[in-house]
Amino acid sequence: MARFIIRRLLWAAPTLLIVTFLVYVALRIGTNPLASYLRINQRASEAKIQQYIEINGLYDGPGGYVRGYFKWLGGFFTGDWPRTIKGNREVWPNLQDAMANSLRLGGVASLVGITIGLSIGVFAALRPGSLRDTTVNTGAFFGLSIPPYVSAVLFQLIFAVYWAQWYGKPLLPTSGVYPTGHRGFDLGLMIKHMVLPVAVVAIQVIATYARYMRASLLEVLNSDYMRTARSKGISERRVLVRHALRNALIPVVTVAAIDVGAILGGLIITEGVFSYPGMGEYFLQAYTEGDFPALMPWMVIIVSAVILFNLLADMSYAFLDPRIRLD
Amino acid sequence: MPVGSTVLSLRDFRVSFDTVNGDVQAVRGIDLDVGDGEMVGVVGESGSGKSVTFLGLMGLLPKSARISGSATIGGAELVGASDKFMRTIRGKRIAMIFQDPLSALNPVQKIGVQIVEMIRSHEDTTKAAAHRKAVELLDVVGIPQPDQRSMQYPHEFSGGMRQRVMIAMAIANEPEVLIADEPTTALDVTVQAQILEVMQRIQHELRTAIVLITHDLGVVARVVDRVQVMYAGRAVERGDVETLFRECSHPYTRGLLESLPALGRQRLVPIPGSPPNMLRPPPGCAFAPRCAHARPECTMAIPDLRPFGSGETACIRAEELYQEVAVGV
Amino acid sequence: MLLPEEAVLEELPDDAQGLATTSMSPRKMAYKRYLRHKGAVVCTVVLAVLVVIVLFAPLTMRYEVNEAVFPISEGPNQYLSPRRIAWLGTDDIGRDVYSRLIAGLRVSLVIGLAAAICSTIIGVTVGSVAGLRGGLFDDVMMRVTDIFLAFPFLVALLVVRAFLGGIGWLESIIGKPTSIRFVIVLFVLFGWMGVARLVRGQVLSLKEREFIEATRALGATNRRIIFRHLLPNSVGPILVALTTSVVAAVVGEATLSFFGFGPQPGAGQTSLGNLVREADLALVTGNWWLAVFPCVLLIITAICINFIGDGLRDATDPKLPGGAN
Repeated sequence: MARFIIRRLLWAAPTLLIVTFLVYVALRIGTNPLASYLRINQRASEAKIQQYIEINGLYDGPGGYVRGYFKWLGGFFTGDWPRTIKGNREVWPNLQDAMANSLRLGGVASLVGITIGLSIGVFAALRPGSLRDTTVNTGAFFGLSIPPYVSAVLFQLIFAVYWAQWYGKPLLPTSGVYPTGHRGFDLGLMIKHMVLPVAVVAIQVIATYARYMRASLLEVLNSDYMRTARSKGISERRVLVRHALRNALIPVVTVAAIDVGAILGGLIITEGVFSYPGMGEYFLQAYTEGDFPALMPWMVIIVSAVILFNLLADMSYAFLDPRIRLD
Repeated sequence: MPVGSTVLSLRDFRVSFDTVNGDVQAVRGIDLDVGDGEMVGVVGESGSGKSVTFLGLMGLLPKSARISGSATIGGAELVGASDKFMRTIRGKRIAMIFQDPLSALNPVQKIGVQIVEMIRSHEDTTKAAAHRKAVELLDVVGIPQPDQRSMQYPHEFSGGMRQRVMIAMAIANEPEVLIADEPTTALDVTVQAQILEVMQRIQHELRTAIVLITHDLGVVARVVDRVQVMYAGRAVERGDVETLFRECSHPYTRGLLESLPALGRQRLVPIPGSPPNMLRPPPGCAFAPRCAHARPECTMAIPDLRPFGSGETACIRAEELYQEVAVGV
Repeated sequence: MLLPEEAVLEELPDDAQGLATTSMSPRKMAYKRYLRHKGAVVCTVVLAVLVVIVLFAPLTMRYEVNEAVFPISEGPNQYLSPRRIAWLGTDDIGRDVYSRLIAGLRVSLVIGLAAAICSTIIGVTVGSVAGLRGGLFDDVMMRVTDIFLAFPFLVALLVVRAFLGGIGWLESIIGKPTSIRFVIVLFVLFGWMGVARLVRGQVLSLKEREFIEATRALGATNRRIIFRHLLPNSVGPILVALTTSVVAAVVGEATLSFFGFGPQPGAGQTSLGNLVREADLALVTGNWWLAVFPCVLLIITAICINFIGDGLRDATDPKLPGGAN
């Protein structure tokens, strides 16, 4: 087991380097940081421009990209991050806030979504072919077919715009973490602001997990060892919990870890619609402004998260399923 | 006739499946007595209803199955019994082993744990005591180093060893009846013999009655005391294993025997056609459409088992055919 | 999706099951199973109606894409709720939402189909070669697609969009980032991966089967094996992958547009994504028809194609019980 983990970790490091390098090149070409800088600082002197190029490692040519990448990487690890192009601000404080907000939103939505999704997946699989199974399956299909921004727009329309027209004021706020101008911590307000975004993300999560769980449990329920378990004379409840659910969860856990990219994707879109100041909103803004120094650390975090969860998926599978060979 | 007192008894046992296409009558009235410490073979092609019969009496069929007639173990009726009562029967008084031991064992539980679960669901003992007993059982069925092996997972065992594990689990609570559903079909021939030997030892040492379900007459010939041959959900012939092989009375049984490879046999004679559609079983003898000796009267009424020679047969022309064959020889 | 009758059949032990089926050609069986998937049948009809409306677009549209329902000189024409002259209402400058939806769906479907067909062709080629040859090519393909598919889709899409847009000489080939051609290329760049992995898996499993072994033993070339045996036996999964790609591209176009990075189809055209974006902008004014109709049309399109894919999956999956009786 230890060898397996170490080997996987050793794989993760070069993958991370290669992917961030590719992202670096793509974004250098795509956002053209120097041009963005010149657009904002139109009267910058030649010396200032040279200094900017040096600080950010914006060297020319194919070799320049490699040099620039390692220059940037060195700065990234020593905490010497280039400032944003727009507003010449530090990157970390903003990014830190965005991460905290996103973790809160994503965490709550995943928790709610996975719990409900798994439950209704089980609920459906226990009566295959019944009305409730068909309903869950069709519902999950709908949930997956509706893009998050569409449900976000429709939620906003109902709970804010029209609620305000019918009852005088909106039921739920549709943007931010707090109302504009609010200072300090207020749990109630925070929760109120999270309801709609969480609902939008959770719909996708619920639909995804209901389908996974249903499929996985159906397969387990049709397996021969379920018959063996029943032939032992143990209670149906024990058969389901000890043999069926436990085994059905193994593939689901693995898919869950791989799926973190999809949840992040939904989160980014949802934050964009609700102007929720998280990682998604941060990315969309930085991308629109072509703010290369602000984008790169964001990318590193996302790439790391994706690679980390893939690693977790492999390890959890090896850990949970004794059939997987570890070497 | 069963030797000793009867433990398991079936009377007019029927199973049908409710499907959108109609009623599939898988088992259409089976009578069977299994005596104490006796090994009975139930033989038939796939689809003959042999597995369904015993899964049905164990209450292991899906809800779409409808079961009627009577099945008793030591006098206790199983047909229509409550789930709660059935749980006290399953694993305790009747245990079952299955064809493919790899898929029949839970892949992510240690085999020790699986045997302990079997013990503790019927006996109030500590985990440690149950585990000690599990190790003993593994020893009984001939698994070397049972102590270490009990901590391993099913995929770490060979096919034959897995089937031994299944047997160890099945005999954990010293059941009166052990139902073995094609226990050797998925195994190599050499391993088959070992498993059969283990089963025979259990039959003799623990005096467990064993029902051996198989399509392999060769397996039956080696170990069982009596044989019941099934076709299309009915018994067609029954008798001592020696009688059956020497003077079988039913054309279906003869067909089975002739399609069996044996030393000195010039060519195998397959039975023409395929088993009937159980949505609409043929009237009369179900084998008649495939039978070379069928007469119009064969399709008039479903024939019951009746005494013939030293066994029983369901062929109405058994006497004539016996003579024909005898003359032919 | 398991329908009740199939579930029952599947529950039956083998003993009883084999007896209830009679033989039927695979195509006919697939067709029957497809018809039994009620969701797929309904969705096929709905989609067919939409496609017919779109195909006869000039006839079925009531106004030009950018034409106001009546000139502003005759009175205020913006934000009219649904009424006889504008069945689905009008937008902020008095254009007919109904007509614009048809025009938008037309562009979106063209993008979806073009992207899906190209990705399927590339994906099938790459996937079958990777599956059959194995080796380094296979490894590299799996690694690359692993990373791309694990990434949040929108982020990957936007990064590649910026990258392609930043390479000057590419513009003459694939157009500006706001052109339809560019968006199609972008979707193909992502779309082939899913198809390739699926076809690869299919090829790997078929490769082990006896009939492929047999043809190989008879001396058939790789090419012959791919075209005569692997592809015909993978038609089902490939069709399903095609429908998935169409949905991905239609929804992807809408996503890009929604965040303002989508195609600008040019004068006299619009796309579903652009209309959904306008819906978002119309939120504040509370004109529900501007939000509801484009969103609903997008959802219906996505669900219909998804359901058709699901029906095809059921129909062509040999593991599901047959469609006798």
